[in-house]
Amino acid sequence: MKRMILAALLVPLSAMALTGEEAIRKSQAAFLYPGKDFKARVLMKLINQDGQERVRELMMLRKNIGEAGGEQKYFMVFFQPNDVKDMSFMTYKYPAKDDDRWMFIPAVNMVKRIAAQDKRSSFVGSDFTYEDVSGRDIEDDTHAVEREEKVGGRDCTVVKSTPKAGDADFGSKLTWVDKANFLPLKEEQFDRKGARYKEFTADEVVEVKGFPTVVRRTMKNLQTGHRTEVGYSKVDYDLGIEDSLFSERFLRQPPRKWVE
Amino acid sequence: MRTRTAVCCLLAAFPMVAQADVNLSGFIQQNTAFNTVEANPDGRDHKWLEERLRFQLDASQGNWRLLLKGDAAYDHLGRGGQSELREGYADYAAGNWDLRVGRQVLTWGLGDLVFVNDVFPKDHEALFAGRPLEYLKRGADAVKLGIYPQFASFELVIAPDFRESRIPDARRFHLYDPMPMVADRVTQAPGKGDAGLRIYRDIAGWDAAVYLYRGYQRTPSMRPDSMTAPTRITYFYPELSTLGASLSGRAGEGVASFEAAYYDSRQDRAGTDFTVPNSQTRLLAAYQWQPWEDFSLNLQYYAEQMHGYDAYRLSLPEGFPADKRWSHTAALRATQFFLHQTLRLSVYASRNASNGDYFINPELRYSFTDSVWGALGANVFGGQPWGQFGQLSRDDNVYLQLRYEF
Repeated sequence: MKRMILAALLVPLSAMALTGEEAIRKSQAAFLYPGKDFKARVLMKLINQDGQERVRELMMLRKNIGEAGGEQKYFMVFFQPNDVKDMSFMTYKYPAKDDDRWMFIPAVNMVKRIAAQDKRSSFVGSDFTYEDVSGRDIEDDTHAVEREEKVGGRDCTVVKSTPKAGDADFGSKLTWVDKANFLPLKEEQFDRKGARYKEFTADEVVEVKGFPTVVRRTMKNLQTGHRTEVGYSKVDYDLGIEDSLFSERFLRQPPRKWVE
Repeated sequence: MRTRTAVCCLLAAFPMVAQADVNLSGFIQQNTAFNTVEANPDGRDHKWLEERLRFQLDASQGNWRLLLKGDAAYDHLGRGGQSELREGYADYAAGNWDLRVGRQVLTWGLGDLVFVNDVFPKDHEALFAGRPLEYLKRGADAVKLGIYPQFASFELVIAPDFRESRIPDARRFHLYDPMPMVADRVTQAPGKGDAGLRIYRDIAGWDAAVYLYRGYQRTPSMRPDSMTAPTRITYFYPELSTLGASLSGRAGEGVASFEAAYYDSRQDRAGTDFTVPNSQTRLLAAYQWQPWEDFSLNLQYYAEQMHGYDAYRLSLPEGFPADKRWSHTAALRATQFFLHQTLRLSVYASRNASNGDYFINPELRYSFTDSVWGALGANVFGGQPWGQFGQLSRDDNVYLQLRYEF
């Protein structure tokens, strides 16, 4: 008995057995909340089963309002393709209630509030949903640790998340949470019949200002063969992004210092 | 000439342009609209037939930005070669204020093809002739000052010269004309400018705004020199002031929008001059939501109430069609995306319950690649021969837009 307690004390803190919910909470904090704020130039390649490619390029800015798991503000400005160039989006993300979302349409110089209740909708036509980009409410699912497994040589906790309500369009999700830095290294989504239909992989992780960051990621639709590859560049944290950025004024005229 | 002067001024106001961060872009576009019911009044079978080249320069340096958007087009229906400065302005952004000077597109309010507080110049012909939606707006030559103190945001717009909305060309559209025999027609521009102020802020999670405008009606009224034996008709832009407000926010599963405005017809407050539109109240309520993935629905209810209605009826000459005191319009826009949002099917439909006017615009748009898209759509009009859409009932058309962006 004494030996067992001693063994437990020797195990590093991060690897101590977490509940499924704790693992997902830590994973969202590491994946979606690091730093006070964050900036990245995002290049998305939408690739169909024949290898045809479409490109979406944007600048993404994020600011945390409170602690990890709390409110966040997002700001996005599009560079490519040309027909959405200079369009911008702003989201106020709230835990456990619908987001507020606005878009700016430069061709008619109009800011429009848009409905945002469907978080399972595709983000700009990619295989990522809005939820994949900015996080799914933790309380919407039950989370249970399934097993432990290595991904690319790293020890992971595999967590199964199952929607509490029956109206979700997916049956369950497995997340491979890195035991050391809590980043999700892999995710598999299953449809309501239990067939695997989407797979997320974190393809490259680098450390920026001390925050491990997924700078290359892929979401594959296993049923259609369509996939989206995402690359981050110009990644930075704790830039001192002002609260005033997230306003109609700057949605219409994004400040150059943030979108270059 | 005026356009050229404006461009020169803008360039002069922007001495650093050579060292600035410069971005060039544009498109080549083909746009065709076929009549489906009847030929145009001039006998032609197309509502629109043109090739167009857009050139856009976007340069910025420090707190300055210069944007020039110019079009050159060839119209095959008699207008020939055309050029137009769509937008051309310089921006200066400071800490809590900014300034935009030059030709700029201005959009106020929350309506979808329904205009309550959006009093800025439009191109109604573009909408009815199957052109891309951005051509519905015409730039105004104006100075816009934005001031952003903590408690609210202010947008002041001053235009030294009035710019009118473009109405459909009588050679292409079958427009209602109560005096078709009078050939001598002149247009009187106001000769003065106009001004507007928008104040907006967040109130408990809702976007709230107040709008003030003093200027003129954007579409002309017509006045004959004599009611019994007219020889000349004068088109003029009656004086107008508006005061309005709007509110938009999350409600249930979607976004609810409310907008209202009082139209003060300064030239005919009593309502006794039938050639000048009476004062009005305009009301809009809208709800937008996403019933399922990649599908959105927007429902609008729009009402206009004419003030001084009894005076209007008394002054209206025998034989002229009479508007109702209240006009109620319901409109819907449904949009569904397919194929990773590269294919979009949308329908806009509106019907005025008071006079039977309707307008339906279905459209299918596909992005062939990231730089080539095409749209196929139709404009269907109907109602009373003098109604806004009813007069166009012989002008139904099917249109094609094909654009290569660079």
